[in-house]
Amino acid sequence: MTEIFGISPQALLSQLLIGLVNGSFYAMLSLGLAVIFGLLNIINFAHGALYMMGAFGAWMGFTYLGLSYWLCLLLVPLAVGAFGIVIERTMLQWLYKLDHLYGLLLTFGLALIIEGLYRQAYGVSGQPYSTPELLRGATDIGFMMLPNYRAWVVVASVAVCALTWYVIERTKLGAYLRAATENPKLVQAFGVNVPFMVTLTYGFGVALAGFAGVLASPIIQINPLMGSNLIIIVFAVVVIGGMGSIMGAIVTGLALGVVEGLTRVFYPELSSTVVFIIMAIVLLVRPAGLFGREK
Amino acid sequence: MFKRRLFSTLISGALLPMFVGAASAQQGKVSDGVVKIGVLTDMSGLYSDLGGKGSAIAAQMAVDDFGGKVLGAPIQVISADHQNKADLGASKAREWYEAEKVDMITDLLNSGVGIAAAKVAEQQKKIAINVGAASTRLTNEDCTPYTVHYAYDTYALANGTGKAIVKQGGDSWFFLTADYAFGHSLEKDTADVVKANGGKVLGQVRHPLNASDFSSFLLQAQSSKAKIVGLANAGGDTINSIKAANEFGLTKNQSLAGLLVFITDVHSLGLQTAQGMLLTEGFYWDLNDETRKFGKRFFDKAKKMPSMIHAGVYSATLSYLKAVQAAGTDDADAVMAKLKSTPINDVFAKNGKIRVDGRMVHDMYLLQVKKPSESKYPWDYYTLKATIPADEAFQPLEKSTCRLVKK
Repeated sequence: MTEIFGISPQALLSQLLIGLVNGSFYAMLSLGLAVIFGLLNIINFAHGALYMMGAFGAWMGFTYLGLSYWLCLLLVPLAVGAFGIVIERTMLQWLYKLDHLYGLLLTFGLALIIEGLYRQAYGVSGQPYSTPELLRGATDIGFMMLPNYRAWVVVASVAVCALTWYVIERTKLGAYLRAATENPKLVQAFGVNVPFMVTLTYGFGVALAGFAGVLASPIIQINPLMGSNLIIIVFAVVVIGGMGSIMGAIVTGLALGVVEGLTRVFYPELSSTVVFIIMAIVLLVRPAGLFGREK
Repeated sequence: MFKRRLFSTLISGALLPMFVGAASAQQGKVSDGVVKIGVLTDMSGLYSDLGGKGSAIAAQMAVDDFGGKVLGAPIQVISADHQNKADLGASKAREWYEAEKVDMITDLLNSGVGIAAAKVAEQQKKIAINVGAASTRLTNEDCTPYTVHYAYDTYALANGTGKAIVKQGGDSWFFLTADYAFGHSLEKDTADVVKANGGKVLGQVRHPLNASDFSSFLLQAQSSKAKIVGLANAGGDTINSIKAANEFGLTKNQSLAGLLVFITDVHSLGLQTAQGMLLTEGFYWDLNDETRKFGKRFFDKAKKMPSMIHAGVYSATLSYLKAVQAAGTDDADAVMAKLKSTPINDVFAKNGKIRVDGRMVHDMYLLQVKKPSESKYPWDYYTLKATIPADEAFQPLEKSTCRLVKK
């Protein structure tokens, strides 16, 4: 059998696919961050905690209320989004005029509080959540056994990402949103309710995090620290893609998942660092990120 | 008038040395009039379910069982979070020994923190009884006259689980190793045991601590075709490795060996996912009536069954207090001499002995995680497969590189 750098093509293909699965999570989370940063100018550090809330939401829905996975996939993002709207209305809206740093500090503090509360209530070992009946088992796709659930993750996240991109870049609503970021006063003067739109946008970005959390819950142990383990990488993804760029967040998220997957084969010790090395290089060469525009 | 003043001065002059004498006699027995026990642990991070608040509860239970007083002096338990940072742990230990007059520090999980605190204990000439850390360095190159390594170590885990699995026919291994001192040491100790018993090691993959996803590491383990995939990691990393192994169907043709799995991990994974796994622990709450009674008492206070670390902290605190009582003082040297010369008999250990290198040797248990159908009541998780006798469970004293061992 021919080998590429000592690895069989089958193994390589399966690693690429796994990278793509992880990349889907990066893409969804960084997309939420990019939407929020692009339209609100808030660096939402609470994103990881909200992702964790999504995963816990699925677990709570099942454990306390007996709700199915599919119902949770619909309801939990709405609940997390609503929670986000409360945050935006009560706290964030006062910070838009100030430096980015204030929003970052506020959301970082919120993340610590949310995580602390969950840790207090559930400990850190986490809660198990089983894969929904329909998606159990694995399919033989020639070069590997692909767990059905992982395939579903890729499909669901690509669909959500594509839809988000379409709405923001190609519809009238998206045009209003983008116009409101460029010049809120002017758009307001045309009779568009800008603060309301901003609130909904934040709610939507946060709901994306909740959605990713529910998607992740059968794969990894649901614990209060799961968000903070992931959020730093996701921020690196956003920076590499270009702060605020929707397409940048999606493409970079998927691509970095794949790069990370390959690193895990060739030099596993580097796998948690490789994203940051790429970030450093990108910042040196293109400070605005791969898809960002210089302002 | 003058006479009376002279008289009282004389009286007080005569009495004063008596008071001072009495006070210093008291001081000779118990310094500062109180015996303070510090529980230094991870209160909020990834190991906080293994030790954490539960350890503080266990230490307090030991104090209550002892009667709350030793040599007439009250006993106090304090606790703090070292956040898994060695420098923070060391400075907290120093502050406790120096300013807070803490007499003994226990728990000390996380090998990095444990080793740093051991060094402080030696400088301060105060006692540190390490229950939570795994590294054998504590009783080898980093041993001190003031440290005891109480519950378990990587050698005992490797020896228990590794040997048993090779004997059952699991003779080819692949390791999934956490890429830091603890993981490397656990991998090395287990690989040695596997080879010594006629097995072979086909390879290993080192993953970063707190890795976000294990599927790609598990695919590598899968393609190695090894019969056994040894998990030389801990806490959340172990949990997520096991979950991913189930998902990718690795457990159909290969078996997992959890090299450091605590009952809290099994609880959080659920039996469906964890079933069949072999592991080694120093304590299980459902071994006999005594452990069950302790387990239930602990459960009432902590809302979960005790881990090996919780039971170990209880036993370590109790042993320490018994040694203070027997020595008639809380002076560290006298208490250490008593600790090392008295066998330990309580709910945690039967005929446990603290060796000169600080290793507390006691029976270890080879356990297997039950199938969901076999579990009859909450926390009914393990079947006892074998009791590993104390003198076989730990690294032999003659192999210790501790400077206190005379050769």
